[in-house]
Order: sequence, then C-alpha cells, then structure tokens
Amino acid sequence: MTFFRAVVERDLKLYMRGVVDLIGVWMFFGIAIAMLPLSIGPDPDILSRIAPGAAWAIALLASMLSLERVFAPDQLDGSLDLLLLHAPSPHVLVLAKSFAHWLVTGLPFVVLAPVAAIALGMEVRGVLPLAGALLIGTPALSLIGTLGAALTAPLRRGGILAALIVLPQTIPVLIFGTAAVSETLMGRDPGAHFSVLGAFTLAALALAPYAGNAALRAVRS
Amino acid sequence: MAKALHRLANPARFLRIASPLLPWIAAGAAVCSGAGLWFGLVDSPPDYQQGDAARIMYVHVPAAWNALAGYAGLAIASAVALVWRHPLALVAARCIAPVGACFTVIAIATGSIWGHPMWGTWWVWDARLTSVVVLLFLYLGYIALLQAFDEQETGERAATVLALIGAVNLPVIKFSVDWWNTLHQPASILRFGGPSIDPAMLLPLMLMAGGFTLLFAYLVIIRMQTELARRRVMALRRAALAVSQPNDA
Repeated sequence: MTFFRAVVERDLKLYMRGVVDLIGVWMFFGIAIAMLPLSIGPDPDILSRIAPGAAWAIALLASMLSLERVFAPDQLDGSLDLLLLHAPSPHVLVLAKSFAHWLVTGLPFVVLAPVAAIALGMEVRGVLPLAGALLIGTPALSLIGTLGAALTAPLRRGGILAALIVLPQTIPVLIFGTAAVSETLMGRDPGAHFSVLGAFTLAALALAPYAGNAALRAVRS
Repeated sequence: MAKALHRLANPARFLRIASPLLPWIAAGAAVCSGAGLWFGLVDSPPDYQQGDAARIMYVHVPAAWNALAGYAGLAIASAVALVWRHPLALVAARCIAPVGACFTVIAIATGSIWGHPMWGTWWVWDARLTSVVVLLFLYLGYIALLQAFDEQETGERAATVLALIGAVNLPVIKFSVDWWNTLHQPASILRFGGPSIDPAMLLPLMLMAGGFTLLFAYLVIIRMQTELARRRVMALRRAALAVSQPNDA
C-alpha cells in the first residue's frame, strides 16, 4: 500500500512538472467541444441531442492523449526497472500507474464533460447521470489505456499507437456510458446501464493488472 | 495435444508436413471455389426478392466467416505462443493477421456493394456491420503493434498480449454493440440469410465457404514458409558476418 501511494504521489509530481501537457489535454477537450457546433451547425435541437455522447466521446479521446507519459519516460530513463524491482508485485505498479493516470485525465472530465454538455444544450437533469457515468466508466479507460501504454513503453513515439490499439477495447464503456445518460434524459431507469458500466470497470480492475504485467514482460525482456 | 503441438514446434518438421500438403490445399481451394462460383453464378436461381444481387452472398458470407475464424485462430495461436513459448505459433499468428484483415475488408466491401441496391445505402450502422469494422481495427492494431518495434521478437510478444486482450474483450464488445443497436434502431433492417435457405443456394454457399477456408489456410501456410525462409536467411547472414568480422560480432 505504501508502494502504491509512493508511485501515485511520484507520478502526480511528474505530471505536475509537465503541467503544460496536462493543460493541453484539457484544452484539447474544450477546443474539440467548441469545434462541434462549428462543424455541425448551431441548431440547438441537434446539439442538445448529441451533447452527452459528444462529451463522452471527446473525453475518451482526450484521455488517450497522455498515454505516452504513463510508462515510456520511466522505461527511457531506467526508473521502470527500479520501480519493478521495488514493487511488492508488478500488478501493484500497474494499478498505481492507472490510478495516477485516472487522477489527471479521468477525474477532471467528470467535472469538465457535464459543463461541456450543458454548453452544447444538454438538459440540466442530465448533469448528475453524466458525471456519475464518467466517474464509473473513466477508471476502465485508464486501466485499459495503461495496457496500451505498457505495450508501447519502449517506443519513442508510442502515443498514437497506444491510442489506436486501446480505442477499440473501450467501446463498451462508450456505449453504456452514453446510454446511461440518454436513458435518464428519456425518462427511463438507467440503473441497468450503470450496473453494466460498473461491471465492466470492475472486470477491468480485476484483469488489467495481470494483462499489464504480461505486457510489460513482453516488451521489456 | 500439447505433445503434438510440441512436435510441430520444430520449423523443419512443420515444413516437411505442410509443404507436401500445400498443392492439395491449393487444388481444393480452386476446385471448391470454382464449383461454388459455377453453382452460385450460373446454376442457382436468383433470389425471388433480391434478384441477382443476392449472389454477392456467395463471396460475402464465406469472407465474413473466415474473417471471424481468422481472429479466433490468431487468438489461439497467441495463447499457445504465450503459454508454451511455442515459436511456430508466433509465426502462425503474425501470418494470420494480414490475411484475416484482407478477408475482413472483402466482407465489408462486398457487404457494401450488396447493401447499395438492397438497402439503398452503402452503409448503415447496424450491429453486425459495426462489429465487423471493430474487428478490422483489432486486426490493424495487431499488425501496427507487430511492426512498431525494431526487434521483431519484441513486436511479436507485444502483439501476442494485445491479441489475447482483444480476444477476452471481443465478446463484451460484440454484446455492447448488439445491445447498442437494438436501443437505437428497434426496427431491425432487412437481414439476409435467415433460418431457412434454399438448398440450391446452400450448396454453392457451402462450397464457397470450404474454398475460402482452404484459400485462407493456403495463404497462411505460404506466408509461414516465406517467414521461416526469411528467418533462415537472416540467421545465415548473421553467421556469415560473425565469421568474416569476428571482432565486431
């Protein structure tokens, strides 16, 4: 547990050292949202209909932008060797890395995405379901994203490749995350969707450490 | 089972078994597809609703089946490679991927060509169509990761892990996409096939399926032969280099 905390604190410190990159990720989200009305047109009916889905999809894309920073710098300067040497098990390291990644590119969207959706014209009663769905779903994005980051750790420009191999795996999160919001807005009970979303995140939480360990061993040996 | 797998792990033995089989597989693929095409294009009735366009099915359905079976093969080969450190399974996996991706593209393209006269549109975001597109991206992601590393072996190991992650997640993705589609489009669009199919159509379809499967196997084996030969050439070159420049090696 102390190791987990130490890694998370260290990663957060490193993320904050390069805070410009992080602000870049959040700005990408804002700009992409602002591009939507410009490309689709200012029609409030269309915009309010696509608002929750657009916020979800762009938040997902934005969270893929920083995958390059999860393992690659540590692999490059050799600190990944030391981290793995000191880890009680490699699985803890994978979990800690995912958690730190989620804190900087998952959690912020729990706040940012509902604001963006409102700006696009989503009804206010969609805010809580959207934030809730993001809170439940984004950890899965970081967990799966960490696998992509591990698989591309030794590559110099692995960020795009990581996003490319991770995105198809996140389809269930996107589908059930947006459905939970749209079901609420249509006045139906979204409980089942939240449950499936939570089940997916829990499954990712259970399996990602093993897959992450296998991925690290595959690319580093 | 494991023992038989291990016996096949020797590339030389694999080649000894596979190479004599290859002409027979090629002949089988040619005969099956030839007969299937003849029965399908000439000697079967046009569909009473779809007319001659239904004949696209004889290419489309076998291609789609093989695209799916190819990913299953990729996943199985990857699992064997990861569990038993089976060197030939790694070769098999990397050789299956491009062939499977091509069959996926064929399935998508023929489906689109069929959809235009039938549905009046080249593309709909139907659950099956979307799933096949996702399958294509899984194939492409596998190939991209395989090629991304300087060292071939590292790429293979990384891609193996990715193939298995994809194989575990694929049923969940498929379920999500199916469910997503029923929510957004309750009235399902026209689906061909269905439970009953005329025997006159079933025969060419089965022949084509057999022919495509044999063609798939043929292409994979020939790629594996090429890959093994390439490795041998590289190993010989390295050995020659070590002899000629003993200090650098």
